[in-house]
Amino acid sequence: MLTMREALNQAMREEMSRDQNVFLLGEEVGAYQGAYKITQGLLAQFGEWRVRDTPIAEEAIAGLAVGSAFIGLRPIAEMMTFNFAILAMDMIVNHAAKYRYMSGGQIRCPMVLRGPSGAAAQVAAQHSQAFEAWFAHVPGLVVAMPSTPKDAKGLLKAAIRDDNPVIFMENEVLYNLKGEVPDEEYHIPLGQGEVKRLGKDVTIVAWSRCCVTALAAAETLAKEGIEAEVVDPRTLRPFDEDLVFDSVRKTGRCVIVEEAWPVASFGAWVSDRVQRECFDALDSPVLRINAPDVPMPYSKVLEKAYVPQPERVIEAVHQALYRREH
Amino acid sequence: MTGKKERALLEPRELLAIYRDMVRIREFEEACPKLYSQGKMGGFLHLYSGQEAVGVGVAHAMHHEDYMIAAYREHGLILAKGTPPDVVMAELFGKATGSSKGLGGSMHIFDRSVRFMGGYGIVGGHVPLANGVAWAARHRGEHRVVVCFFGDGAANQGAFFEALCLAQLHKLPVVFICENNFYAMGTPLDRQSSLTDMSLRARGVGMEREQFEGYDVEVVRDRVGAAAAHARDGSGPVLLEIVTYRYRGHSMSDPGKYRSKEEVEQMMQVDPIFIWGKRLVDQERFTMPELEAVDKEVIAVVDECVKFADESPWPTHEVLYEDVYVRSPYIHLKAADKDPAWRASVREDKLPDEFWRHAVKEAK
Repeated sequence: MLTMREALNQAMREEMSRDQNVFLLGEEVGAYQGAYKITQGLLAQFGEWRVRDTPIAEEAIAGLAVGSAFIGLRPIAEMMTFNFAILAMDMIVNHAAKYRYMSGGQIRCPMVLRGPSGAAAQVAAQHSQAFEAWFAHVPGLVVAMPSTPKDAKGLLKAAIRDDNPVIFMENEVLYNLKGEVPDEEYHIPLGQGEVKRLGKDVTIVAWSRCCVTALAAAETLAKEGIEAEVVDPRTLRPFDEDLVFDSVRKTGRCVIVEEAWPVASFGAWVSDRVQRECFDALDSPVLRINAPDVPMPYSKVLEKAYVPQPERVIEAVHQALYRREH
Repeated sequence: MTGKKERALLEPRELLAIYRDMVRIREFEEACPKLYSQGKMGGFLHLYSGQEAVGVGVAHAMHHEDYMIAAYREHGLILAKGTPPDVVMAELFGKATGSSKGLGGSMHIFDRSVRFMGGYGIVGGHVPLANGVAWAARHRGEHRVVVCFFGDGAANQGAFFEALCLAQLHKLPVVFICENNFYAMGTPLDRQSSLTDMSLRARGVGMEREQFEGYDVEVVRDRVGAAAAHARDGSGPVLLEIVTYRYRGHSMSDPGKYRSKEEVEQMMQVDPIFIWGKRLVDQERFTMPELEAVDKEVIAVVDECVKFADESPWPTHEVLYEDVYVRSPYIHLKAADKDPAWRASVREDKLPDEFWRHAVKEAK
């Protein structure tokens, strides 16, 4: 049993031992042991050439990572939170995602940009955003979002070895989550989703923290005889849509749960794919649960109203099944 | 600044090569406007005419193995670095035989084989990338320098400052070259910045800097050579501001109202090709007929390039999707193949060449 924090740490440690080209950079990743302690102990083991503390300069950090990937280093650039990655969007979207294409395939960008995304605990509007849709929108980027320690370690190892730029979005609330992690060498292919809970009455598609929320909702629903199937795509780009379609064709109903705002979220894309490909199988419209369309408020009661809770998932499932509220 | 002077006298072969390189750039660039107006080239086209001494001087100051990265006024730079002009012309035409198979265009010319790392359209956006290339080169134990070109306008961008800060902090082997041609698009220097010596920005991070005029290719070669030696031996990066002038507008759509015809004509008196040719003849290294023969030869080469580009095929529709992603073994291909941007991507199991040295040490 490992926490997600430990699992991520192990992934980086193993990959840095395996391949001299892998190195880590970011704010506080070294001497401070990581703002969220994900990189604890790595400086001591690998030294300051391979674990590099940086000034607070996201564009320079991401740019250095992207440029070093040009000639075959495998940088892991940590964004203290993805909110700050907005400062590096030019490096990510205009450069990392595009120079393979613009060069006609001459160069590749084997970079990982990782850090926590989404809400934490009362860190308010500028520190709580979930904009995975922005990255998944861009051809050239891979976007991974693990929800368990096993997924986190397996996907991060694959992301580091992969030759595409991977946006690896973790979640602070999940860092303490414990789960079984294989002892043996393994990785999880990017783009391979997983059915986290088998069911027959409704398909709930959810990733990262919302997958945990969906599983909690499924437990409660089971008590009233509703068996929800929870599908965790684990990667948003490429997206394991066949896994979702197989489930929806079985259950006939689909609820998508995400922390992002509703307008043009990634869930909006998924719902389009599902209604288009599973139209005949659907018995009710695809429903979506999102944060309300507002910046994250500070007060804890308002934050609770913002982040999707199991109760909202349950309510949506009832709606999909045309059940009245109890 | 300290740093050994790398070379003293130039050999005759190199003297002529410098002349030929500058003429090649001039003839190539000057062929473009007509082709553009004929619709053979499209989009943004930023020409280098007038600035040849900078690109060629730098290329002759660098080691062959060094890296170069630049913005969008880069045709002259990549030709100076050693890419054959025919694939550059074909890329400008958008043909399949272009350096990027038609996917890049004028602003995105890349040539991995001569270590020219692009070709970028975001002003100042590529400057942080230079740090990364330098970092990797040092990590690998290569004694290579990265030369990073940008303009006076780019020296106002945040990314530029961040990059300088990081480069100096880690003493990365980068020579940052600001080609100051007095205008950021249509805005003259003194309307963009309180300091008109852009190299002084280096002071803010404690970096070595120098400003000099770049009309004399030999001066460029010597000064850049010294800066490169300084960076290469680990003494730290250098910011050079090289004053130069472009004869053409910012791009093809620039009516050039921000400067007078008289100014342009006056600056043509310090045409770097004229200065160099005159020196070669005055010092009796070469005769006028010999130089004119080079001119004719180069013009013929450029004509051949245009013919090559004209006759080259267009990229097929499949090329649209081929190079978005790499089909690595770590991707779940069943999912990837549902995505058009993935489906056509090329699987490259074999490492292309020594450029991609992946030193995978097996786990202990």
